[in-house]
Formats: sequence, structure tokens, C-alpha cells
Amino acid sequence: MSDLVIARSMFGTTMGFHIIFATIGVGLPMMILTAELLYQKTKDKEYAVMAKRWTKAFAVLLGVGIPTGTIAGVQLSLLWPGFMEVIGRVMALPFQIEIYAFFVEALFMSIYVYAAERIRPWMRIVSLLLVAMGAMASAVLITNVHAFEGTPAGFRIVAGKIVDVNPWKAFFNPSFFVTSGHVALSAYTTGAFVVASVSAFKMLKADFGSRIYLFHKKALMVSLVIGGLFSLLTALNGHESAQLLHQYQPEKLAGAEGLFKTQDHAPLSVGGFTDKKTESVKWGIEIPWALSFLAGNRFDTVVVGLNDFPEKNWPPLFIHTLFNAMVGAGTILILISFFGILWSKVFKKDGFPKWLMWLYIASGPLAVMGIEFGWIFACTGRQPWTIYHILTTADSVTTSTNLGLLFILFVIIYIVLGFSVVFVLNYYFKRNTVTDDLNRADQSGIAVFESNS
Amino acid sequence: MADAYLAITVLWGFVFIYAVMATMDFGAGFWSMIYINRTKTKATTIANRYLSPTWEVTNTFVVALVVAVYSMFPNGAYTLGTVLLIPGSLILLLLSIRSAFLVFSHIAEEYKKPLTYISGITGILIPGLLISVLPITHGNFIDRTGGRETLNLLGLFTSGNEYAFFGFAISSTLFLSSLLLADYSKASEEYDAYRVYRRDAILLGPISLLMAFLIMFSLKNESNWLYKNMMENLPLLFLSLLFFLLGGLGLFLPSLTVRGKPRLSVIAITIQYMVASYVYGRAHLPYIVYPNVTIHSAFTDPNSFHAVFITYIVGFAILFPGFIYFWSLFMNDKRYLRQKKSKNSS
Ligand code: HDD
Ligand code: HEM
Ligand code: HEM
Repeated sequence: MSDLVIARSMFGTTMGFHIIFATIGVGLPMMILTAELLYQKTKDKEYAVMAKRWTKAFAVLLGVGIPTGTIAGVQLSLLWPGFMEVIGRVMALPFQIEIYAFFVEALFMSIYVYAAERIRPWMRIVSLLLVAMGAMASAVLITNVHAFEGTPAGFRIVAGKIVDVNPWKAFFNPSFFVTSGHVALSAYTTGAFVVASVSAFKMLKADFGSRIYLFHKKALMVSLVIGGLFSLLTALNGHESAQLLHQYQPEKLAGAEGLFKTQDHAPLSVGGFTDKKTESVKWGIEIPWALSFLAGNRFDTVVVGLNDFPEKNWPPLFIHTLFNAMVGAGTILILISFFGILWSKVFKKDGFPKWLMWLYIASGPLAVMGIEFGWIFACTGRQPWTIYHILTTADSVTTSTNLGLLFILFVIIYIVLGFSVVFVLNYYFKRNTVTDDLNRADQSGIAVFESNS
Repeated sequence: MADAYLAITVLWGFVFIYAVMATMDFGAGFWSMIYINRTKTKATTIANRYLSPTWEVTNTFVVALVVAVYSMFPNGAYTLGTVLLIPGSLILLLLSIRSAFLVFSHIAEEYKKPLTYISGITGILIPGLLISVLPITHGNFIDRTGGRETLNLLGLFTSGNEYAFFGFAISSTLFLSSLLLADYSKASEEYDAYRVYRRDAILLGPISLLMAFLIMFSLKNESNWLYKNMMENLPLLFLSLLFFLLGGLGLFLPSLTVRGKPRLSVIAITIQYMVASYVYGRAHLPYIVYPNVTIHSAFTDPNSFHAVFITYIVGFAILFPGFIYFWSLFMNDKRYLRQKKSKNSS
């Protein structure tokens, strides 16, 4: 492997690992906040127990999310110094402001966890709100750097030199709101379905109708409502993301859809694999005219095909599959959450059918896979550019060689961290069961949160 | 270009704040490992009581530092990124193990000991590697061939200067943290722990001073330009020494409860480090990496700098109350400091 390929793999691996914890780190505080608010509203202690248990899980996940994020941030400048040189000049603001978001999250997370019993309930809610906002803001801000890579703005290049820098114009680049919105919404979706997975799994293991069963069902319903809402919003906003691609990065959209010939009334291919030889998508289902409509809200929208671009600027063709996988994940999540809500609230059925329970168990991993597919699609689909039509990946990479050993070491660390975090979570929740927490909550007067610290 | 000096001052401020917070952080982790079997003195409890709420905040400063470097001096990013690839990656690897296992050790009670050992040992190595960035920027170990810069690792790890810095980082980490924990345990009225940390501080103070002299001595041979520049501020170096002695004195002063006024020592030693690092930083100017990257050649676009600088002001104005609140809850709240139940140590 060339050093460029190793650098790309290494950074992709780091991001692919960080994103799991980061996304849950954005989504879970929202769920905790929801549970806290429900507790304040209904005074049902079970919601407080949920908030407490999710907080514990969140604290453990932070133990991996923060160091891997630190790796991501530093590796960005170690592996891509050419890229950071430009970013530092033009797009430093989101990184800077992100630091403040991190501080807010770190300060109030410690306060929420270690001072819970010494502060007032409203202050606890405020702390939690600040944690959730800090996490969301850090995701939005870092995604803005990614948005800028696709739709750079706020500077010009004259004779190889960067001039006319306008940092705020770069900050509010054309895809900032839509792209960041997509990431935040998909993170909330993921947080909700991760909770749904665990709750559904616990429901299957508990006796039907027992207290534990009902506790987990309550959690499942909360996550289905939140997850349903946000997965729908994610899809609507994803549609806008695709329209932005049509406008600003037509190669990427053409790659995502496996479209070679520029045309109006372009068809949408669902599934299948892009085949370069026949210039078509094999084994896919073709929906006539749909792509033109999706791209520009009109059937006569002209969608540019790959053939209009020099082949060296094509994104890899497998991004079609990644794009479909992400959209597929989103579609399934919307369907199962709405079905479950109808089943339970409208048709007033008590339990859920077995097959649906298994789908719920799969929903968390499915959402995480949606995130992974989406990111790999977005980052790999930008190739060969780190900054679209301005800076290539090859010009961004470090001149250091022999990256192989470092890559292996980082992979080992991720494996160790991945296994130990699962082990620790499992260990803790085996030792501290829901029953323990519920009993503690029942002995009223004792704040549920005492055992947090 | 006044902006470049403003920028480097801000950066120096960050480095200094992080250096102090990191020594406390990594040191506390190390002490909590050393005294893990001596439950009676509560030395570990005290270290954890400090560490648990603070490590995340401290960690954020590393990121703040890196971001500050490439947002204010992006043209140095290329050289720095290239030569720091190996040491930087090593730091990241150790840091991730350390942070994760620190968190895990509080959750998985049964495995507390091995987890604490891993996080304590990896943690104490990090300051040594972090400070190695300084001798690297002195430029002696950067090979330039055909327009490419590479770090000469062999040269670095056979240099006396590097080891002097390494030893200084570790001994100061232990010194400063034991001093802080002495103060913290006195405020918590844990006098057994106080005696332990006071003894450690008395032991380690002279060692870190010795290391500082070793740095100067090896600088004279290896990077004479820097040594000469530092010597121009000799009076300040003496001032720094004076504060060191004052800090030492603080540990022996009589007091109402137990001997020593650790708060005074903490303040004096912090000032000592501040003065000394000012002299070092001043002497380093205008170079970021000697001799090719200067603060002028690396400086960012002025528009960008102004925008970033404004966010510093706004950001700190917003965060300041948060820091005060945090401080009042964990450093200054008797209910937190003097918890009787050691169950809450985690
Ligand atoms: C749970 C996760 C999830 C789900 C269900 C979806 N997405 Fe997504 N998508 C992401 C998670 C994600 C992401 C991981 O967050 C990405 C990667 C980069 C980004 O901005 O968001 C992304 C990127 C992304 C992009 C590329 C943006 C770019 O390259 O700049 C498009 C066009 C879409 N999405 C469109 C959709 C559509 C039409 C969906 C319909 C269901 C959809 N996404 C569901
Ligand atoms: C918002 C945050 C992100 C930013 C700013 C970002 C930026 C970058 C940069 C600068 C590169 C290297 C140059 C390049 O190959 O273009 C890259 C590559 C890559 N990133 Fe991202 N990235 C982000 C998030 C992610 C996430 C969450 C993933 C998750 C899987 C990811 C996956 C990858 C992969 C796989 C590559 C290698 C692409 C290739 O070379 O084919 N990225 N990204
Ligand atoms: C869209 C993708 C990303 C999301 C949603 C995201 C989100 C988060 C969140 C929520 C945290 C807090 C820790 C946690 O809750 O687990 C975090 C930590 C961190 N992330 Fe990411 N992140 C993303 C990509 C990146 C990238 C590309 C970088 C590198 C430039 C990065 C750098 C960091 C750093 C440095 C931290 C640690 C902060 C600290 O020390 O407190 N993140 N991230």
C-alpha cells in the first residue's frame, strides 16, 4: 500500500470508530433529557431511573468518545498537514468555537454526574440541557468543516496563494445548515434507536407483563416516538442534502446514483451495483423520471452524468451502494417506528409480535450502520478532493513515510477500546440491575441520583 | 506585525494553563495508583476526588492547544504535522488508553486495581512525551532532504537535552501534583493524606530543580542560541528560583492544624513555573521551529486571526461563569471536599 492509501485508511478507521461514540454521545443526552423532563412532568420515578442508567452508560461511552475524538482532531493535522494549512487560514472558526462547546459539555457533564445530589433539580436539568447542547454544537461545528470541504467559500486562490479571506463567509458556506442539520438529526435518530435496541432485548428476556417488562416497554415507547420523529426529519433533510449535491457537487450525485449519461427525466436506480463497462447499474430497480424529480422537484431537471467529467475526477463507483444502504436504513427505521406506535397507541395491542421485537433489537445497530455508510459515502465520494475542486487528497497528505506501523498500532488500540467498553458496560449493568435501581427509587426520600457519583 | 505577537502570547498562555492542569491531572492519576493499597491514609481517595470531575476539562485543553496552533500559525502546520507524526501518535495512543481506563476503573470496581495501574503508568509517560515537542522545535533533529522534512528519532533519543526535558516533565508532574494534592487534602481535612503528599512534595521539589539545571546545562551544548537568549533574562531566572524557595518555605511554616501552608506553596510554585516558562518562551522567539518556521512566516491571514481572536473573547466571557461554578462545586464546596463516605470516592 502507498503511504497515501495508508493515511486514508488510517484516518477513515479513526473516524469510523470515533463516530460510533460521538453519534451516541449526541443522541443519548437528548434521550436522558427527555426522560428527566418526563420525570418532572409525571413524577413517575421510573423515568428518573432511566435517566440515571442512561447517564451511566453515557459516562462510560465518553471514556472512549473523548480520547478517540482527541485522536481525530490531532491526526487531522498529523496526517493531512496540507489540508490543515488551508483550513487554518480560512476555516479555523468552527474548530475554535467547537472548543467552547467541548468545554461546556465537559464542565456540565461533570457537574451533572458528580454534583447531582448537591444541586437543585432545575439546575440539574439546566446542566443536562447544556451537556446536550454542547454535544450537538460540537457535532454541528465539526460537520461544518466537512460541509466546507464540499462547498468551499470565503476565499480565492490567485497564483497559488490564498487571498481575500472572509472567515465568516467560509463558516456560513452554502451547505452548512443542511449538512449539519442532517448530522444532528441522524444522531438523535441513532440515540433513540440504540435505546430501543437495548429495551427490546430486555423485554424479550423479561416475563411478559412483569415490572421489568413494563419498565423496558416504557423506555421502548419513548425511543420509538423520538426515533420515529427524527428518522422522518432525517429523511426529509437528506432529500435536501441530495439536492445540494445536484447543485454543488454533481459528480458525487452522479456517482451516488450510478448515472453516466447526462439527461432530463433521469431514472432513479435503487439497489444494484454500478458497472463501469456497461455504464449502468446492474441488478438495480429503475424508477423512471424519479431522479430528475428528486434533484430539482421537476421531471425535466437535467441531471449531469459521470461522462461529462474527466474520469480522473470520478468518485469511486461503489458509493452508489453506500448511498443506497444509508437510505435503506433510514426507510426501515421510519417504517418500524411508525408501525410500532400505531400498533401500541392506536390499535392498543399489549405486546409486540416477535418478529417486530427482533427488528427493534436490530434498529440500533442499523442506525449506527446508516451513520457509517453515510459518512464513508460522503468522505469517499468527495475523492479525489479534500477541498472540492481546490485541493486534492494527494496534496494534503503528510510527506512522512512508513505509516504502516502506526496504522497497525491505532487499529490495535481501537480493538482494545472497543472490547473493553463493551465489557465494562456489560459488567456494570449486570451488577446494577434495573430491579436494584427501582427498589432504591421506591424507598422514597432517597434521591435516585445519589448513586450516580 | 503586532498581531503575531498577540497570537503567540495567547498560545503561550494556553500552553502554560495546560501544562499546569496536565501535571495535576497526570500526577493525580499516578498518586492514586501508588497509594491504592494504603486505604487508611485516604491518599488515593483524595487523588480521585480531584481527578474524577476534572480530567475531561483538562483533556479539552489539549485539543484547544492543537487547534490554536493551526488556526493561528497554519503555515507552520506542515512542518509541525510532519515532524510530530511519530511522537504525536505515541502521545495519542497513550492518552486514549489512559483516559479510557481511568473511566473504566471507576465503573468496574472488581478490576479497579489493574485498570488503575494501566492508567497511572500510561499517564505518567505522557508529560515526558509532550514536553519532547520542545527539544524537537529546537531544530537539531529535523533532517531536510530534497524539500522534505523528517524527524531524526535516533538523534532525538540519544540527546542529553531530550532526557533532561523528559526527566523534568516527569519530576515536575509529580512535584506539582503532590503539592496541589497536599493543599486539596488539607482543605478536605484529611491530615493523613496531607502528610503523605507534603512529604512527597518535599522530596520531589529539589529533584525537579535539579532537572531544570540539567536542561540549562544541556541546552548550552546543544542549542546554544536558546541558552544565550535565556541568559539575557538572568534576573527573571533568579526571581523564579526565589519563588521556588518561597514555595518550599510554605511547606515548613507553622499553622494552626498541621505544619505547612500548602496554598502558599501552590501559588508560589505556579508563579515560579510561569516566570521560568516566560523566559524560555521569550528566548524561543521568533522561532516556532528553529530555524525555518518563525511566528511571522507561519502567521495566519489577518482577517482570520481577528475573527478567531474575537471568538476567544466572547468564548471566555461565556465560559468564565461556568468555570467559576465548576470550581465552587469541586474545589471549594466543603460538602464535596469533606465527604465522609469513601464510597463516593469514584
Ligand atoms: C441514521 C443515519 C442516516 C440516515 C437514516 C440517513 N442519513 Fe444521509 N447521511 C448520514 C446519516 C443518515 C450521515 C452519516 O450523517 C451523513 C454523512 C455526511 C453527512 O453530512 O451526513 C449523511 C450524508 C448524506 C448525504 C451526503 C451529503 C454530502 O455528501 O455532503 C446525502 C445526499 C444524504 N445523506 C441523503 C439521505 C437521504 C435521502 C436519506 C433518506 C432516508 C438519508 N440520508 C438517511
Ligand atoms: C465532520 C467530520 C469529518 C471531517 C471534517 C472529515 C474530513 C476528512 C478528511 C480531511 C479526509 C482525508 C482526505 C480525504 O480523503 O479526502 C477524510 C477521509 C476519510 N474520512 Fe472523513 N471526515 C469527517 C468525518 C468522517 C466520518 C464520521 C467518517 C466515518 C466513517 C469518515 C470517513 C472517512 C474515510 C473512510 C476517509 C478516507 C476516504 C478515502 O480516502 O477514500 N469521515 N475525511
Ligand atoms: C460528524 C462527526 C462527528 C461528531 C458527531 C462528533 C461529535 C463529538 C462529540 C459529541 C464529542 C464529545 C465526546 C462524546 O460525547 O463522545 C466529540 C469529541 C471529540 N471530537 Fe468528535 N465528532 C465528529 C467528528 C470529529 C472530527 C472529524 C474530529 C476531528 C477534527 C473530532 C474531534 C473531536 C475531539 C477532539 C473530541 C474530544 C473533545 C474533548 O477533549 O473534550 N470529531 N465529538
